[in-house]
Amino acid sequence: MVSKQQEEMSARETILAGIMANQPLGQELPMIDLSAVIQYESNLSQFKTVLESIGGKAVEINGWTALQDMMQSDLAQGKRLVNAIAEIGSIDPTLAILEAAELATVQRAYVKGGIAVAENGSIWLDEAAMVNRLLPFIAEHLVIVIEAKNIVSTMHHAYQQVSSFDTGFGMFLAGPSKTADIEQSLVIGAHGARSLLVCIIP
Amino acid sequence: MSSQANFTHAEAAEHFIADEPRTDWHDDTLWFVREKRDKAAHSLPEWEQLRQWASDIKYHGLSHMHQLLVDFEKNAIANGIQVHWAVDGKEHNEIIYNIIQDNQVHRIVKSKSMLTEECHLNEFLTEKGVEIVDTDLGERIVQFRKETPSHIVLPAIHLKKQDVSETFHEHLGTEKGNNDPQYLTEAARGHLRDKFIASELAITGVNFAIAETGGFVVCTNEGNADMGAHAAKIHIACMGFEKIIPKAEHLGVFLRLLARSATGQPITTYSSHFSKPRAGQQMHIVIVDNGRSRQLGRESFRNSLKCIRCAACFNTCPVYRRSGGHSYHTAVAGPIGSILNPNLDMQANKDLPFASTLCGSCSNVCPVKINIHEQLYLWRQEITKEGMAAKGKTFAMWGMSEVLAHPAIYRMAGKMGRWVVKHLPFLTNNGMNPWFKQREMPEAPKESFREWYLNNKKK
Repeated sequence: MVSKQQEEMSARETILAGIMANQPLGQELPMIDLSAVIQYESNLSQFKTVLESIGGKAVEINGWTALQDMMQSDLAQGKRLVNAIAEIGSIDPTLAILEAAELATVQRAYVKGGIAVAENGSIWLDEAAMVNRLLPFIAEHLVIVIEAKNIVSTMHHAYQQVSSFDTGFGMFLAGPSKTADIEQSLVIGAHGARSLLVCIIP
Repeated sequence: MSSQANFTHAEAAEHFIADEPRTDWHDDTLWFVREKRDKAAHSLPEWEQLRQWASDIKYHGLSHMHQLLVDFEKNAIANGIQVHWAVDGKEHNEIIYNIIQDNQVHRIVKSKSMLTEECHLNEFLTEKGVEIVDTDLGERIVQFRKETPSHIVLPAIHLKKQDVSETFHEHLGTEKGNNDPQYLTEAARGHLRDKFIASELAITGVNFAIAETGGFVVCTNEGNADMGAHAAKIHIACMGFEKIIPKAEHLGVFLRLLARSATGQPITTYSSHFSKPRAGQQMHIVIVDNGRSRQLGRESFRNSLKCIRCAACFNTCPVYRRSGGHSYHTAVAGPIGSILNPNLDMQANKDLPFASTLCGSCSNVCPVKINIHEQLYLWRQEITKEGMAAKGKTFAMWGMSEVLAHPAIYRMAGKMGRWVVKHLPFLTNNGMNPWFKQREMPEAPKESFREWYLNNKKK
């Protein structure tokens, strides 16, 4: 009996042979010349402007204590929060292995972001930062902390620093979840977070 | 796998435009998206340079496709991803069905993937008794209605909120007559959250696959691809092989172009980079050919494989905006669909390259600089050469070339035409004349340009 694996091997050979026979002569890759790319007077103010325009909120804070205060007030209101930032409190050691059903009731998640991008208001989060891949999507509301010095002007600059994909998963996140699938009316809060607050540390 | 439609684009479009206010709404709404794209493009002085880089990177990819795919596979396997290859849609569907069977799973969610539409995965699995839940809001709406997406980025753009309200009332028990998009979206969020949390297997598309890392990127605004992929124990990502790009740094170019071209957003909300399964998860990639290697060998048409599925060409196309996506009877509609689908099945899609004014707007907005309108023109020639052009068109073209080749006949025909339009207007102003549909016939001039010229030269 021909195993599934063998059949798929033959599909692979067929496809690759077809491509080899049909692919055109080689062309060199272009040089991405960063001097041709837009620069902003202030990456920080550009980032804030774009983030607000895509439904996010930005606040500049003085330090970690402001976040600890925010967490305290959440707790006082009886909210279920999950913290993934070591600087502001302990991280639940089981967070990494919690499943969807266990995370479904999280009202607010606190996550530390990496590189942020002025041109589009996005923030790089990798698996180490989010601890659990599902957390930034399933939490009802999301708070992300970034450092002002980590804001770069464009995606080209961002990829110079986000070249490692070792953690297995990472993303550029830009604003809260949204959809306009019903008559092009923008609705914030499709399947992911209903709000995004970005706290910027100087 | 393409199924033969029992209508042509022109016939379906006639049905679509019968509702004039809705046609106008469709036209205006998509033009509004096109204008948002322009605003986003104009915010970057390097926009044209970006398009050129993107086009060149994609061409490099096409010309090194064999090596890039081999590298991608090697790196993906090293990352713990299982790689499958499918020659056509049928093999693609069977690979997915086998994974479902092997793992004995029943609760399956799927985010948007035009490839799975192209392969008719949903129909295939339904016949096998497997239920799939589409999780993109627009796709869920059309799935409830047993329709197909009419636009690759805005799947339910052919529907009004009243239609969605009725559909949700029927399937989700929402309040009858409540047409508020916020309310309706909230209902879908609740409904789909339950599906995500219960899901055992998630299927997603792929926007970009990176040869260098063996990983892939999926872009959404809603977060539905991630909700599925990170909740389920099995993730299957499906891609046409042309999604390959050489290096991660090239994502900088493509992610800058994609959302700006699609909706005018600076970037999608989520640009998710998958490179390894999470602990205890199975991750599969299905690499599909389905006619792409053949298209790669067609010199005139291979650049169509650069497409990143932004749909900018849909939104700008005067024919798409006024005929709706379903008129194209294929998974990928619009101008790009009209140059991709004749490769999949020329006979079934012979009408599509004619569904265009050849105005060239599609080529002008394309972020990877595909010469779409030129390819439409070239496909018309291929189709006519194969003897597949519509009979009326072939006859009219023959008549036209005879008239144009003989000046005396041309002059006489002109004279007769002017006389007929003036004295016997009902001969042209009737339903038998396709040019009279949705148009008024012009008033006939007294003399031809030649007559006017000869008269005035004398003076």
